[in-house]
Amino acid sequence: MITTRSLMLALTLVVSASAVATAQDARKQARPQVEFGITVAQRGLWQEAVFRWERAAEIDPTYAAAFNNLGIAYEQLGKFEQAGKAYEKALELEPQNLSIQQNFDLFKEINDRAKRNTSSSGS
Amino acid sequence: MTAPNGTRALRGVSLALAGATLAAAAACTSIYEVPIDTPIQAKLDVTPFSRVHVVGFISGGAEDVDANMETVRLLRSQLRTKSRLRVIEADPLPLQQVARDQAKGPATPGRDAAPAQADVPAGMAFPEKILDEKDLEAYEPLFANAAYWKKIGEEFQQPLIVTGTVIFRPHQASGIVTQEREVYDNFGRRTVVPMRVYMERKGYILRPKLVFIDGRTGAVLYQESYREERLYPTQQNVPALSSFFEQMDAVLPSFLNTLSTTRVRGSRTMLK
Repeated sequence: MITTRSLMLALTLVVSASAVATAQDARKQARPQVEFGITVAQRGLWQEAVFRWERAAEIDPTYAAAFNNLGIAYEQLGKFEQAGKAYEKALELEPQNLSIQQNFDLFKEINDRAKRNTSSSGS
Repeated sequence: MTAPNGTRALRGVSLALAGATLAAAAACTSIYEVPIDTPIQAKLDVTPFSRVHVVGFISGGAEDVDANMETVRLLRSQLRTKSRLRVIEADPLPLQQVARDQAKGPATPGRDAAPAQADVPAGMAFPEKILDEKDLEAYEPLFANAAYWKKIGEEFQQPLIVTGTVIFRPHQASGIVTQEREVYDNFGRRTVVPMRVYMERKGYILRPKLVFIDGRTGAVLYQESYREERLYPTQQNVPALSSFFEQMDAVLPSFLNTLSTTRVRGSRTMLK
């Protein structure tokens, strides 16, 4: 009985450890993509930045920074719906992150204005 | 009072740990400020037009500013530099007279370009002078007179027509306002503190309503009203025209955004 329980515990530990290792591995792979995205975004190459950050988000879907940066890039490119979704995902992953929250708040102001324009153009 | 050695050592370890944690956090979360230029789409699709005609405004209020002429001049100059549309340079139309003529009916001698009778509600008289917003009500049917605007459009090769109303009137207010005052302490150090003071202030209210009309059909495409107000201390003698331009400056970005995409500058924080 004790042996079975110990085995189960050991198995759980191994599975958890490998899950943590996989997550760390994903983050390790995604980080260079995020970093390169930042470098190109600072030079105004937003399409390339989007490509890099989308790639990072694919590799590590729990990487809040990748989604936050994607939100910024989509905003810059005028893709407001995608920007909103990216910021929401980033906040879902890191609800306490003040930088993401601030970006999202600023985005919402712009988005509201854009929405007003869209609705008024139909009148 | 001295803390026992053990407590002091513990406090030292705690401080060191907190410092290390902060340093680690700073190293892990790198932030990068980046300027962005967010495009805001135009409110109106102006692709069918190659020309724009700011025909004039029904205006009133302060006598020392011709709000009609100043608005026409300002909007045309802005459109010349910030829009792809060619600006038609023609004398502004005498819209107040046109509206009166239209209200009298088709038999009334007037301008050729006022063919259709506008639907002025019964009992609504044109005021002697336009002083505030309510005096403009009688003129409103002019903007809905599609036949008239279509005729104007035909004269100028079917441009996008910009017209509307502008009220620019003096305004006075008194009350408690918060001002920043410089205060120096005994050592000559300067600090700025907010102080609430009673003030009499005078200034102006600007209420433009911009109407965009399709010169091909005479139909109103879009209209937008704005309200601006500036008050100045009574001892500060601000010329009416200067206040007019100050307030129009606040309206212009939205006006230009009606016709063309504008970019809003800001900054965001990228994370690593």
